[in-house]
Amino acid sequence: MSPVQVVRRIGFYVFVALVTAFFALPMLWLVTAPFTRNPTLSVSWPDFTLGNFKHLTDDPNALPSLYNSAVLSLWTMLITVAAAALAAYALSRVRVPGRDGILYLLLLLSSVITGTSAMVPIFQLMFKLHLLDKDIGVILVMTGGLLPAAIFILKDFMDTMPKSYEESARVFGANSFQVLGHVVLPNVRPGLATIAVWAMVNVWGNFLMPFLLYRTPEKQPAAVTLNNFYTEGGQPNLALISTFSLLYSIPVVIMFLFVSRRYGFRFHGGIKA
Amino acid sequence: MKVSLEEVTKVFDGGVTALDALSLEIQDGEFFALLGPSGCGKTTLLRTIAGLETASSGSLRIGDRDVTRVPPGARDVAMVFQDYALFPHMTVADNIAYPLRIKKVGRAERRAKAAATGEGLSLGGLMERRPAQLSGGQQQRVALARAMAAQPTVFLLDEPLSNLDARLRLEARTFLKKLQHDLGVTTVFVTHDQAEALALADRIAVMESGRIRQLGTPREVFQRPANVFVAGFIGSTPMNLLAGECVPGDGETATSWGHQIDVAGVRLPVPEDIVTELTPGDKVIVGIRPEYLTESEDGIKGTVEIVENLGTTSLVTLTTTGPSVQLTVPEGREPEPGATLHVTPAPGRLLVYRADDGELIDAP
Ligand SMILES: Nc1ncnc2c1ncn2[C@@H]1O[C@H](COP(=O)(O)OP(=O)(O)O)[C@@H](O)[C@H]1O
Ligand SMILES: [Mg+2]
Repeated sequence: MSPVQVVRRIGFYVFVALVTAFFALPMLWLVTAPFTRNPTLSVSWPDFTLGNFKHLTDDPNALPSLYNSAVLSLWTMLITVAAAALAAYALSRVRVPGRDGILYLLLLLSSVITGTSAMVPIFQLMFKLHLLDKDIGVILVMTGGLLPAAIFILKDFMDTMPKSYEESARVFGANSFQVLGHVVLPNVRPGLATIAVWAMVNVWGNFLMPFLLYRTPEKQPAAVTLNNFYTEGGQPNLALISTFSLLYSIPVVIMFLFVSRRYGFRFHGGIKA
Repeated sequence: MKVSLEEVTKVFDGGVTALDALSLEIQDGEFFALLGPSGCGKTTLLRTIAGLETASSGSLRIGDRDVTRVPPGARDVAMVFQDYALFPHMTVADNIAYPLRIKKVGRAERRAKAAATGEGLSLGGLMERRPAQLSGGQQQRVALARAMAAQPTVFLLDEPLSNLDARLRLEARTFLKKLQHDLGVTTVFVTHDQAEALALADRIAVMESGRIRQLGTPREVFQRPANVFVAGFIGSTPMNLLAGECVPGDGETATSWGHQIDVAGVRLPVPEDIVTELTPGDKVIVGIRPEYLTESEDGIKGTVEIVENLGTTSLVTLTTTGPSVQLTVPEGREPEPGATLHVTPAPGRLLVYRADDGELIDAP
């Protein structure tokens, strides 16, 4: 290796190290701050105290909000997966004129639905439907936002499955639901797992919709509750915020580990599972 | 069970007519081949019998029941798809037992029946494997076992041997024939391979563009192709089809009725049984298999161009003053390229087709 190459190589590694540190520091903070008595915004060696967790349990909304998040995520995931499976199967197998156009349009609109720009109409809609401050309202809005992309991904999986599988089952006498349950769904299991995890993570991390649609603090999920940890002086309570954030991120990490263990990280329709 | 089709037409959405007023009767217990080139509608016909396609018009009966509008699951048929369509997420045992699962047979009985059926097709040690862990031949037998487990009245096989390699194909062919013979269930199979159809079938329907061009036993179809299409399609070495014309006989060679057929300057006798059917001036096409051309003193004269070794015989291509002519010669009798040869058809092996519609001229 010539000296120039050595310098280049060293420079490259230093650059990579800096970039890594840039992204790693917040992570490091997230795992040290909760165990530090009076955490600041800088990373410091933790005191290994569990006092912050004790304080967190004293907050009446903190732990229940994690439970609320779980309920919202699970229901939204279940409805999204079930509806997307049926819709994707139908769209994949029945010839609908202009099908692809409709799907793209839905996909486009769905990013609007759960976005900031639709805040007011959604609020009004939910108000008129008397669904404000109700779990089902938030679940439906979130499901609506997720469905088009979920259908899109699942349809992709179903399109690649040979039709002869289904036809074979039909000749043996299977009805449509048996074909779906015995043949189609087992064959698109990676797709189902992808959208299930993706839907849960999406709901788990969504702040805007629950913030908008719930009135009662006790019903708020974790993403909103995280916003409420302030000291009496109006300063962000870093001890509680970091501790809560750690608890809040653990389920997401576990889900990703599960998916990567089970199916490996792959790109499906541009969305990383 | 008997399968009868009456004037069945299938027009696809795009406007393709895959079946064109096709009528056909398949007898109970028959091993029946649908043979034809790619795209002639064989698979469509099979799928129509299965109920996966609905006939645009016409009617279809299985046994005495009109099933034209009956959904696939209620027709009591089993189909083996060209790609076998084994369920990749199920074990071999679960695949074979699937028809029984649909019929709500209990788990224990299902497993026992699947095991017995699998055993019969030498799948004994493979029952817990997934289809992806099987060879092509094994997959084919699993597909057959699954069809058998359904205990259908009709088996439908789409190109059952086409996914196997050449050596295995012969083995599987013999196996399939024995299996069909033992089961005695009406079986319709699709193939584009004429040798396969000749070897397996009790009767063959040769198809072209959605119609049946000839229906008959392998012997009939091979020995007396009803038209030039079938003549060109059947046989592992293509039949010589030579344009000719009926001419008045010239003196002493004018044996019986006097007419002869002139093919590129060579006079061939008109087969005796059809002499009354031809008059001088008729344009014809003479069909003669390479196997039935023999070397002789006179006859069609040609120069040996190519000699292809077929194993026990060789296929010799001659250039003549007219179209080239092919004949087979026995092992060890191959002529040298460039040599001059005279060939004549073996007695009774000459077929004469009308030039205008390509139909065989038959005895009155
Ligand atoms: N689902 C379909 N839609 C439109 N055309 C089809 C369809 N299936 C087959 N065809 C057409 O019908 C004709 C017969 O096809 P097929 O029965 O598959 O032929 P084969 O099995 O003899 O090769 C072909 O021209 C094919 O393109
Ligand atoms: Mg086909």
